[in-house]
Amino acid sequence: MASRGDPVRIALIYPAVLGTYGDGGNALVLTERLRWRGIDAETVAVEIDQPLPAQADLYVLGGGEDSAQTLAVSRLSDGALKAAAERGAPVFAVCAGFQILGESFLEGTGAVHAGLGLIDCTTDRLEGPRAVGELLTNSTIGVGALTGYENHGGRTNLGPSAEPLGVVRDGVGNGTLGVDGAVQGSLVATYLHGPALARNPTLADHLLGMVVGTLAPVDDAEADELRQERFAAVQTARRTGRWRWRRQWRPPARSGPPTS
Amino acid sequence: MTSARYALARAAGSTAAGLSRLTGRGDGTTVGGRITLAMDPQALERAAAGRDFALVSGTNGKSTTRTFLVAALSTIGPVVSNAGGANLPTGLTAALTRDPQTQRGVLEVDEPFLPSVITAVRPRVAVLLNLSRDQLDRYAEVRRLAEIWRDALQAPTAPVAVANCDDPLVTWAAIDSPTPIWVAAGQRWHDDTSVCPACGGVLVRDGEDWSSDCGLRRPTPDWRAEGGAVIGPDGKGHAVELALPGQVNVGNAAMAAAAAGVWLVPAAASLTAMAAISSVEGRYLRTEYAGQPVRLLLAKNPAGWTEALTMVPPEQADVVVAVNARAADGRDPSWLWDVPFELLRGRRAVATGERSRDVALRLRYAGVEYTRVDNPAAALRKAAAGGPVEVLANYTAFQTYRRVVSDG
Repeated sequence: MASRGDPVRIALIYPAVLGTYGDGGNALVLTERLRWRGIDAETVAVEIDQPLPAQADLYVLGGGEDSAQTLAVSRLSDGALKAAAERGAPVFAVCAGFQILGESFLEGTGAVHAGLGLIDCTTDRLEGPRAVGELLTNSTIGVGALTGYENHGGRTNLGPSAEPLGVVRDGVGNGTLGVDGAVQGSLVATYLHGPALARNPTLADHLLGMVVGTLAPVDDAEADELRQERFAAVQTARRTGRWRWRRQWRPPARSGPPTS
Repeated sequence: MTSARYALARAAGSTAAGLSRLTGRGDGTTVGGRITLAMDPQALERAAAGRDFALVSGTNGKSTTRTFLVAALSTIGPVVSNAGGANLPTGLTAALTRDPQTQRGVLEVDEPFLPSVITAVRPRVAVLLNLSRDQLDRYAEVRRLAEIWRDALQAPTAPVAVANCDDPLVTWAAIDSPTPIWVAAGQRWHDDTSVCPACGGVLVRDGEDWSSDCGLRRPTPDWRAEGGAVIGPDGKGHAVELALPGQVNVGNAAMAAAAAGVWLVPAAASLTAMAAISSVEGRYLRTEYAGQPVRLLLAKNPAGWTEALTMVPPEQADVVVAVNARAADGRDPSWLWDVPFELLRGRRAVATGERSRDVALRLRYAGVEYTRVDNPAAALRKAAAGGPVEVLANYTAFQTYRRVVSDG
């Protein structure tokens, strides 16, 4: 697969709607990591009023607010993403993007909303406060420790067809069974922001490997240094017991807390 | 009884503030206000009673617009204000108990506290600048802030909303208020307003106009910031020659001029008073370090960073990018990836601050040549070795740099 004619196309789905937490960086990371290796690649930003490209090599979705999540799922119900997943194209989804790939999630009003049904999972609400803080997991797909930052009120239950992406070492993740994210066929999902693929280059290369095969090594000095720093920060916080201490402003009560 | 309690609370707060200053722990604003409010929860209401206020709130530009409005209103008399960025109820209480005499005031207010401060202070005017993603670990959703503003502005007794109609979230918050004044103050950052805040549908933009299927659309502005001019409701344009850089500050000046207009201050007089302001609590400060000219730019969130990057002059200056992630900054620096650091390509950058490794990783992917230096003073020296320097820093990193440059 080394001599592809066309550039590898990374479709960044609705960045203005599903990009609240810097997750657009995931597409940049994927594209640049191919270019660093001399492989032609481009990010194709797909806006909410545009059709999803049928022939992209990899699809990326990020986090967003409740109303954005509902709007995004209504546009993605046209079957284009389902078709891409069925032909085995990798899809990487974070937070709200993860939730809409499932069977169902909760709207801001608390109503159950149908998802795209591409991952065997459902999302309701965490019982406690919103999960906000560093999230550290051990991956189940052989890419080592995964580090990032989570910020969500959703609790995701995996069904039998979905495997978790990681086992939680610190933080909340899915909020069930001590795991984070999901892997189902070519779909990979997580609650990790950071962005996830910037802080976890092995996960980025795992996704790219599904498209272009074996990859030459690259220098990841910056990411390695940052990872060591974050691992140490999680350890320090755990030792001093201040980890769950947070001065978090909470909005006045309404019909229900946010889900994404 | 209540006034005796208030008097006691005020005295205790001012004593605590004095002690805090004496012992070098701070300027005492927060601790003093906290003690006053703890002893008398109605202290802010009492301190504000019978006075005449404008509040200023929004994600970006609060301090600058407050300073502009203080300058404009000072042309007709003395003004009390919460200088120093203490914009929570504690800071407001401290500012007002410290100066119980001055009749007119301008207070900047942290966005989520705007409704409760409106209730306590009953201002004549609320200046609503913009809303965009910031400190998402604390606030979670931008739309929710717009919603609580909207609830607070609908009452018949609500203040006159001087609102930026280029920001759909602000517009939605103010559109059902009794007597809004619309200002086209500009919005470069659109990424939090592609979804209609009212109906959740797609927000369609056409030039400066924007609209949604549900009927929410950009109101016709009463005031406009256009190029280097502010145009008032009479259609008269006033050329603005601000000492502060950037189109965003012309927008802030238009907001302040519109607010001052409620007190019948002529736009020309307001804008002349604002023109002289050359820095706001260290923001935009031009100084020297290690023999080189240095300018300090504060940017707290993606919208602010995007504005700041456009203020970096085209001539060759090295850039220090300083980022912390303390509570006041937001604990999650993922937003670095929303900022177009690619604009710095071709310059040399120095990454510093407590999250310098996040900055370094972002700059690597942006294709910007950089070095990483942990110590802020060493980072500035390193940059200054190559000539003039622009320092871009987020909130607490910026406070560090104010000390670094004042220590020389």
